[in-house]
Parts: sequence; structure tokens; C-alpha cells
Amino acid sequence: MPLRIAVCVKYVPDATGGRHFADDSTVDREDVDGLLSELDEYAVEQALQIADESDDAEITVLTVGPEDAKEALRKALSMGADRAVHVEDDDLHGTDALGTSLVLAKALEHIGYDLVVCGMASTDGAMGVLPALLAERLDVPQATLLSEVSVADGQVTGRRDSDAASERLQASLPAVVSVTDQSGEARYPSFKGIMAAKKKPVESLDLSDLGIDSDEVGLKGAWTAVEAVAERQARTAGTIVNDEGDGGKQLAEFLAAQKYI
Amino acid sequence: MTDILVYVDHVDGAVRKPTLELLTLARRLGEPVAVYLGAGAQAAARILGDNGAVKVLAHDAPEYTDYLVAPKVDALQAACAAVSPAAVLLPSSAEAKEIAARLALRVGAGLVTDAVDVEAGPEGPVTTQSAFAAAFTTRSRVTRDIAVITVKPNSAPVEAAPAAGTIEELAVVFSDQATGTRITSRTRRESTGRPELTEAETVVAGGRGVNGAENFRIIEALADSLGAAVGASRAAVDSGWYPHAHQIGQTGKSVSPQLYVAAGISGAIQHRAGMQTSKTIVAINKDAEAPIFDLADYGVVGDLFEVVPRLTEEIRARKA
Repeated sequence: MPLRIAVCVKYVPDATGGRHFADDSTVDREDVDGLLSELDEYAVEQALQIADESDDAEITVLTVGPEDAKEALRKALSMGADRAVHVEDDDLHGTDALGTSLVLAKALEHIGYDLVVCGMASTDGAMGVLPALLAERLDVPQATLLSEVSVADGQVTGRRDSDAASERLQASLPAVVSVTDQSGEARYPSFKGIMAAKKKPVESLDLSDLGIDSDEVGLKGAWTAVEAVAERQARTAGTIVNDEGDGGKQLAEFLAAQKYI
Repeated sequence: MTDILVYVDHVDGAVRKPTLELLTLARRLGEPVAVYLGAGAQAAARILGDNGAVKVLAHDAPEYTDYLVAPKVDALQAACAAVSPAAVLLPSSAEAKEIAARLALRVGAGLVTDAVDVEAGPEGPVTTQSAFAAAFTTRSRVTRDIAVITVKPNSAPVEAAPAAGTIEELAVVFSDQATGTRITSRTRRESTGRPELTEAETVVAGGRGVNGAENFRIIEALADSLGAAVGASRAAVDSGWYPHAHQIGQTGKSVSPQLYVAAGISGAIQHRAGMQTSKTIVAINKDAEAPIFDLADYGVVGDLFEVVPRLTEEIRARKA
């Protein structure tokens, strides 16, 4: 039986593309280009490396999102994942992190997994809670925020760095893992990879396939409500001086006037 | 009066400043009840009481240091069962966010992470967050009876508010999940003697323009003259000039100090995501077109190798 690796990825609005909110306070996906979240590329990369180290492994890449989220799956397939699963349903619009974790957990149970690999956070919502939520939902160990990860003999081990310490973790499979941007550069898809990706299977699932009631997800099912969205007032232009030898001194005067010195 | 649970973040018994800020916010919502896990509750209870904790629910067990996250979730779940709080406040550290998430699922709470403000509202706590590299501000509330909220450092002042801080033993029964992820070794980070980056009132950060690991000495010297923490942009970290733990931005730390000094940092959107909520932003860059100047309250267009040492010298002289 192969090692079944599932990689959860997110299709996010491009950070350089002027992100904003739609009228219902959800992220506007119409007016801005999307792409595979950069932090999820590290997850795909680590899944590929774990698969390379194992005798027999299969990588399924999984996403929840609208039609064009397939682009994120295609990118992961072109990097080398074997197959893809796309959960798509109109009733998912406005789902919060807790709801998304429900959909992903049901989808993971549907496809089967030994190891779930996630990025450390999405680059849009940036909550960084989804891997922990998945571990809780699936009732499996979490080995999260790893800057190094390896799998052998049914165990996942890795290194987790925090402010206070660097820790080595160990957990038995099945487990949920998340990796940081320190885990290793993600590979670029090759031309061959891009061509091969077109032939790889992409399975589509909706809420009924997963046995999820539409009341549990979407804006209706969310346990938090956004009451107001405001564009932050642009910072007013400050004083800019050219250094003519006394730039440091002038800056010190500014800091002193602001009582920082 | 409604109880508000505050999760105590501490390093070997030393309570970290963001926890004291949470106590200030908790007092707006109800009566703060602190949850202290691990050894050292006696000493910590005094500080927590001085800052408004009416009660400290304490529990010590080896599980908190030997296993990742899940034992702490069990403990907070037990604390929720013990006091039926309207909200649970945690700091926005990576670990506390994971604890918050799992706790929210277990107790059926709405989850808000990275709040920068929390107020009492007619239907429960109302939180303020910033989104999309701080280009937007959102206000949220939870639609459940209980809210689990993580709050970014420097979102509230630390205010003395003497309260009893009475220690009560918390009864915790660990779940099967508690021992799922073993911590097999732990290497403490050596202290630089500088403030913790995310908690610091002042941050001095260096970027691509610093152009070498050894040059970070001038960034550190400026930081030390201001009593500041040192940060670095992703470009500087990826070049190996400064450790990743100091990276500010989308994939690193998010800071919100009173004063942020950016030296040799262009200010790409990914960097702005991590520092745009700073109160005062100062930039030093030789490229007058650098986007960081759009944010700066004061900017110096010039060579940081000239400007930064002069600035450091001036600050030292003024402080002497």
C-alpha cells in the first residue's frame, strides 16, 4: 500500500493585485487575479521530497474554492503531484476557517490519507490555524510549523522553531503537518511537468458528496460575522529629506521631537 | 459579572507582556480569570493579580512541556467548563493561535485571530483586525455564545489594576490527543538581551541595502541606542545575513511598535504586511522611489552607511 500524502492548498488573490472586499464583506475574487498561495508551494515541495524518499507514495492535492481554484491544483500537479481533488459548491461562499476545516476534513476522509501536508498559513487570510483545526477534526496528531520534515517507519519527525526555542517533534502517522518557508525552496514546474499535468485526473466533489449540510458552511454557517470593512486611511505623506551629510542629525531631531529619544 | 478567560503565555514562569495587555482588554469585557499552565504559578499569580486577574486557574503537568499544543487545549477546555466564560483571550503567537483554533472547535466558539482591538458590544465582544497588508480594517463579532480571540502584541496598554489573583487548582483530564505529538528535544534560544521582536516598543530593521551579515552590526548599534529589537526583511534573511526568527513580513513576524525604523528596505507589499500598523515609520534608503517612503512619517534619502551611524551617534549624544 503506497504512502498516501494529501496536500491542502489554497487559491488566493495576488497580493500585488489590489486586493479588496466584496459588498458582503467576503474577499473579492472577481476583480483580482488568483494564484496558488506561495506558502502552499513549500507544502507541495515537501510532499514531493517525502514521496521521493519513500518506496511507494501517491500525492493528492486538495483544494476548496470556486471554479478558477483549479489553477492552483494545476500548478501543484505540474510541480509533480499525482492527482487532484477540487471541492466546489456555490453554498461554500463566505465559509470561515472553522467551516473550511470541516470541508477539508470530510474530503480527506473521502480520499484517504496517511499524511496531510499544509502550508504554514494562507497569504490572504493569514490566520495560520487550519492545520491545527484539521488535526482536531481528524483526531490525529499535529506536527506543525516545521522548518524540516521527514517521514520513516510510520513516524513523522521535524523541527519547529519558535521565539523561545527550537524543538524536535515526533508523531505517528496518520498526522497533519504544516511547513514553513524555511523548509526549502519550492521547485519550478518543468515544461514536461506542465504537459503531464494536463493529463492528470482532477476529481470534483460538492457538499452532498461529502455529506455536509449547506447550513454548516457559507456565510450562514460562519461562527463569526464581519460587521464593517473600511479601507485604512492611507498614511499621509511624511517629511522626506535628502541626506546632505546631516540626514542622520535631522532624523535624530525628528525622533526627539516625537519623544522617541 | 461575566468571566473572561485569559491564557497566560510565559517562558519558565516569566509572564510575557502580551498576556498583561490581554488583561487590560479582558477588563473591558468582564472579570479576567487567568489560566496558568506549567510550573511557577505562585510567582506569576502576583503579577497577574496586579494587572487585574481576579482568579488564576493553575495546573502543572509534564504533558505541557513534553507534548505539542493538545494538552493545553485540554486544559483550556476544562477551564471553560469550570467558569463558562463569554470569551477566551490568547496572545497571537503561533502556538497560542493553534490552541485557540482547536479550543474554538471543541467549545463551539467563534474564532477571531490577530485582533488589534477588542471592545464590549451589545451582542458580545467586537474585534478589530487589519487585512490585506493592513490596507483594510475589519470589525467582527462572533455569532456564538462564546468567542475565542487572539490579540496581537501592543494592541492595548499594560495597566495596573489590583485584583485578588487568587490561585485555584484547575482539574484537567487529558484527552487521547494530548500525547499525540512528542517534543523529543528542545534547544532554548540564547537571549540577545534585546526586547522580543513582536513585543518591542521600537524596532530597527535592515534589508537588502544592508548588503552583508557583518553590516548588520550598524543596525544592531542603532537598535541598542534606542533600546529596540532588531528585524530584517525577507531579502536580508534569505541572503543569510540575519536569522529567520527576526524576519518581518508576510512569511515572518508581524510587528506593531510605536516606532519602526526601516534601513535599506524597499517596502514590498510582503514586507508592509508585517509592519504597516506601526505608529511612526521612519525610512532610510538611497532609492528615492522606494515604496517605503509612501508609508514613512519621516524619510531620509541617503546611504544608510552614512546616515545610520550618524543617527546612532546623535541618539547616544542626546541620551548621554
